[in-house]
Amino acid sequence: MADEAREEMHEVENEAPAEGPARPSDDVAAAVLEAFPGSVFALSHGQAVVYVDRANLRDVVGFLLLEQQFTQVVDITGVDQSTNPGRFLGDGVAPERFEVVANCLSHWRNRRLRLIAQVPEHDPVVPSLVPLFPGVELAEREIFDLMGIRFDGHPDLTRILLPDEWVGHPLRKDDATARVPVQFKAAGKPQPKV
Amino acid sequence: MGLLRRSTSTTDTSDAPAFGSGDERDGAAPNDAAALHHQTDEGSQLMRPSKAATDAAVREIVLTGELWPEVDPDDETMIVNMGPQHPSTHGVLRVMLELEGEVVLRLKPVIGYLHTGMEKTGEELTYVQGATNVTRMDYAASLFNETVYAMAVEQLLELELPSRAQWIRMLMHELNRMSSHLLFLATNGMDLGSTSAMIYGWREREEVLRFFEKVTGLRMNHNFFRVGGSAADLPDGWQDDALAVCDSVEYGVAEIDELLTHNPIWLERTVGIGIITSSQALALGASGPILRSTGIPWDLRKEQPYLPYDQVDFDVIYAENGDCFDRYRIKLVEILESAKIVRQCVEHMPGGDYRVQDGKVTPPPRARIDESMEALIHHFKLFTEGFKVPAGETYAAVEGPRGELGCYLVSDGTAKPARMHIRAPSFYNLQTAGAMMHGGLVADAITIISSVDPIMGDVDR
Repeated sequence: MADEAREEMHEVENEAPAEGPARPSDDVAAAVLEAFPGSVFALSHGQAVVYVDRANLRDVVGFLLLEQQFTQVVDITGVDQSTNPGRFLGDGVAPERFEVVANCLSHWRNRRLRLIAQVPEHDPVVPSLVPLFPGVELAEREIFDLMGIRFDGHPDLTRILLPDEWVGHPLRKDDATARVPVQFKAAGKPQPKV
Repeated sequence: MGLLRRSTSTTDTSDAPAFGSGDERDGAAPNDAAALHHQTDEGSQLMRPSKAATDAAVREIVLTGELWPEVDPDDETMIVNMGPQHPSTHGVLRVMLELEGEVVLRLKPVIGYLHTGMEKTGEELTYVQGATNVTRMDYAASLFNETVYAMAVEQLLELELPSRAQWIRMLMHELNRMSSHLLFLATNGMDLGSTSAMIYGWREREEVLRFFEKVTGLRMNHNFFRVGGSAADLPDGWQDDALAVCDSVEYGVAEIDELLTHNPIWLERTVGIGIITSSQALALGASGPILRSTGIPWDLRKEQPYLPYDQVDFDVIYAENGDCFDRYRIKLVEILESAKIVRQCVEHMPGGDYRVQDGKVTPPPRARIDESMEALIHHFKLFTEGFKVPAGETYAAVEGPRGELGCYLVSDGTAKPARMHIRAPSFYNLQTAGAMMHGGLVADAITIISSVDPIMGDVDR
């Protein structure tokens, strides 16, 4: 039921008709494209990549885990693409500032598939994968900590590598390395000798 | 009912030092204080009177002999902090344990004490310099980090390495796997109180590191594998050295094996401790020996061969119980498998170049710099500006000693990566500690953290 609604939604969104992107050479990617219209397949240095809508990210991972014998989201990370205008993108994918990249692996089929979701700057929220796959709990916290992308549904979305009171997200491109003031500045001036 | 009472004397608190206000020092305190009044060249040495000591006219602690108040059963769990300076945490891992009596209900790792922003640093360094950065992540297996980074860049550049360069990488990988696993055996033994195992592990590891020093110039953090090959060829006579290393490591591993594998105390502390099932291990993102200890013979060297691993003969070691003993045993036997691969590398090492002869990524030979101005300029440009990598993104993965070590690299077409992310096996494996720990005893926490084998440089990056 939700699928039909989603299909309709994507048909409206997706202006480029099916003749543009070639049929994926990867059968898992083809299955994902069939189940989630609007996703875009790309081959990046021989690796299968599917660009998915960020609202679908959890559903796609669920589809891979439940129906395609995928076993792990090996790695999930965030990318700030704001300084990368000529970046690699699938055909017809509307670029946004952030990307969330999930590398999925099937041990049984010995296959990898990379899912990339575009995340806009004004609303950096992605559905958390933790309810489906608890093995990305720390990784999602790391993305939140360093990149400032929030994961909706994560049980404990707190800073992990930086102190809790830290301001900013250092892996963002506008968070320059030297911008952080020196810590311990409250130690005071050196006392004069009596 | 005995009533214990202890009051702090406050007879003279006007200028008595805080440390002089105890019972036994009554009377003597003012004199001592006077003695300390003299001015030194750093000012008065007298501590300021403590405010707490002066304010509380009568501070008393009353211990009655009554029964403990009824405890709410919901409050019976206790949170205990372990680390970040605990010797068995292999660095600075802090672990919060929720205890119900002696039984651990939950374990939460608290990390970040070693975070140095290496992924951000990686964006500031050129592809030539990048290896010096990534090699410091998993400092027990630095050659793997360098390789996975170089492999990702080579994929973006679409470089094909000469076969000797690949075999050198394979040889060094297996030696590094040996040294890393020996480190594990040493620390695992030490954590469980078997200090002899520690000494044996260190001793053999030293042999491997000595070989590394001969080849790369450094014992750790080698910066040896660069984009396009390695920094240097193997030195003369490396075959004998490598074989000698294999011999002594095999001997040392046999000793550790003899010392621990049938040792009843060792078995008592590891067998059936920290059990994790295969579905748990998969769901928690485990890889490497932890996954293999649960009965899944998954090894990227076999399944997705990246170096000429398909041309050498070795076995994937796995076990089925998923306990601490299996993880110990897998790593022990993997050392022997690595030695087997090293021997084959010595036998089949092809000739040829140790790096790709592509002027774009390879500096000119040293001799050319003396005779050619262009070579000097080329060398200078390469090491200051680096080389540009076409825009793109890729993921490279190798089977590190702790599991899948990956590098997700995004290039924007300049000489520095736009994003360099390392998939750190220790980081993901750390999540399994909670599942292993559930229902175990406090004393087993040490065993379990040790058998997860986290390298904090890898976890925090």
